[in-house]
Amino acid sequence: MYRYDEFDARFVNERVAQFRRQVKRRLAGELTEDQFRPLRLMNGLYLQLHAYMLRINVPYGTLASKQMRKFAYLARNYDRNFGHFTTRQNLQFNWIKLEQVPDILQHLADVEVTGIQSSGNCVRNITADQYAGRAKDELADPRVYCELLRQYSFLHPEFSYLPRKFKIAVTGSPNDRAAVAVHDIGLRMHKNEQGQIGFEVLVGGGLGRTPYIAHTIRKWLAPEDLLAYVESILRVYNMQGRRDNIHKARIKIIVNQMGIEKYRELVDKDFEFTKNGALKVPEDEVARINAYFAPPQYEKLEDQTQALAKIRSGDRVFDRWMRGNVIEHKVPGYAIVNLSLKAPGKTPGDITADKMDAVADLADQYSFGEIRVTHRQNLVLVDVKQSELYELWHKLVELGLATPNLGLLTDIICCPGLDFCALANARSIPIAQDISRAFTDLDELQKIGQFTINISGCMNACGHHHVGHIGILGVDKRGEEFFQLTLGGSSDQHASLGDRLGPGLPQAEVPAAIRKIVDTYFVVRQQQERFLDTYRRVGIEPFKAAVYGEESQAA
Amino acid sequence: MPQMIIANRLRDGAVVFLAPNDNWDMAIAAGALIDTEADAARLMAVAKQHELNCQVIDPQLIEIEVKDGKPRPTAIREAIRAFGPTIRTDLTEV
Repeated sequence: MYRYDEFDARFVNERVAQFRRQVKRRLAGELTEDQFRPLRLMNGLYLQLHAYMLRINVPYGTLASKQMRKFAYLARNYDRNFGHFTTRQNLQFNWIKLEQVPDILQHLADVEVTGIQSSGNCVRNITADQYAGRAKDELADPRVYCELLRQYSFLHPEFSYLPRKFKIAVTGSPNDRAAVAVHDIGLRMHKNEQGQIGFEVLVGGGLGRTPYIAHTIRKWLAPEDLLAYVESILRVYNMQGRRDNIHKARIKIIVNQMGIEKYRELVDKDFEFTKNGALKVPEDEVARINAYFAPPQYEKLEDQTQALAKIRSGDRVFDRWMRGNVIEHKVPGYAIVNLSLKAPGKTPGDITADKMDAVADLADQYSFGEIRVTHRQNLVLVDVKQSELYELWHKLVELGLATPNLGLLTDIICCPGLDFCALANARSIPIAQDISRAFTDLDELQKIGQFTINISGCMNACGHHHVGHIGILGVDKRGEEFFQLTLGGSSDQHASLGDRLGPGLPQAEVPAAIRKIVDTYFVVRQQQERFLDTYRRVGIEPFKAAVYGEESQAA
Repeated sequence: MPQMIIANRLRDGAVVFLAPNDNWDMAIAAGALIDTEADAARLMAVAKQHELNCQVIDPQLIEIEVKDGKPRPTAIREAIRAFGPTIRTDLTEV
């Protein structure tokens, strides 16, 4: 785990004291809401439908158990006993009282967590592969570079007032679990022809009302040049990006308007100046940060394949969970365990204070005290001994965190929607709940196989609907909620944006439409083909006919 | 159609309604039903003053329908603000 250095710790504490004074002035009437809003947003504090909402950064999705316990404490004492993990690996509290925020921020600062830059037109929380440092398919742990970028971009004076917010994601694995192609900057670690590890740099991806898959701006970048090159991308964006129209202000607009070749040219021109200057990443600093991400003290163990096979053959439910939620670890004898926050009928990403505490305890007992948050709104224990999997599973079952649906149809991404969010046009959570209740047969879910449903309550796309195998977008039509389906989206290394299936459906018809799509998939799929591959092969028509009837094809 | 004034209370963000006694109440049932433009203007002036006094943020007139004597915002968004998230009834304040 990364620990704050002296500068970070002092600054974050000073910021809490500063915000305490600002809140006091606001409550005393010395600041108007217009004056105060940007100040609170800089600390992650929004005003939503029911109350203030506090967004707390979980840098690159890595949490210590004591931080999770602090979240539980805050949920219990300052909120309504639960929190919501988001698609940016962050945590949101929905029922925060302004007058208590300075105390909350102090509690967070005590465990080295902040809401700084979780809002505003700056570089937001940098996200990463949730299995960073542990995945068998990984080339290198991306978190050292995430942390470098975090320190570099934290309160950077030149980049604190960008045209719009700016999101960076990093993967160290060829199998992209961090959705890098739909970020403002995506970084994909890979080897060049000389075998050196560096970054493929992608730029201009994003979702929202104008979705784009990112372009590769540089095929390979040396790690020592990372900050300089990112700075050049940010500088060109800061100079060229539009400030006259909020809907056209993201980097994706300017990159796609001028073309990637022109954008690259401008970046390269700036990079000529930045690359040999102060931003050259010093090796000793990389080594210093890297030490914080050093693997824990693993025991020398052997894989327990046979012993586990014996248990699995006698316990079908455990076997199902092993197949679904447990991932190979790069160290023999260990496993990566995914905790599903998607039990049937539950709100995706929500977790109660008691469960947060329980997860923190399990992390301490079974996984070196570390917890990961995924952008698909689940949690992970990344260092579990295979010999303890059966014991851990029993405890997760008791907690309701062992739903074996990772990557399956009910592992739904869902934004807070109109039940909480001031920007939303429609409710997204009830749709997720309806779908998860309509598909509870685990045999059927496994038969359907890999299948993602992503739901957003408005076109801002916090629920990543464009890149769900099925995307669901809530819209408002003359005061009534309707839901538009898209098919064929993906955020992995073969990212694609979904195609619109047809007119919006009322809420009650959505689960049946999903059922029709699944039934059609069963008819047209070849062997074990994934839904996404079937869709890419056969196109949208069979699914359109299934959902809207044959007459829709003539229309 | 009658109207009501809704806002968020500054100190805690709670959703509140302007009551006939010019106080703010968390229960929509306590909110003043407004039937005329003159009343709307008068009460909005009160609400705006309370915004300046740092009691509330962003007061708005919303449309209300009264069914069985109970007021309910006609727009889903405002109904959710008034009665809490539709997914968890235990989250409703009052």
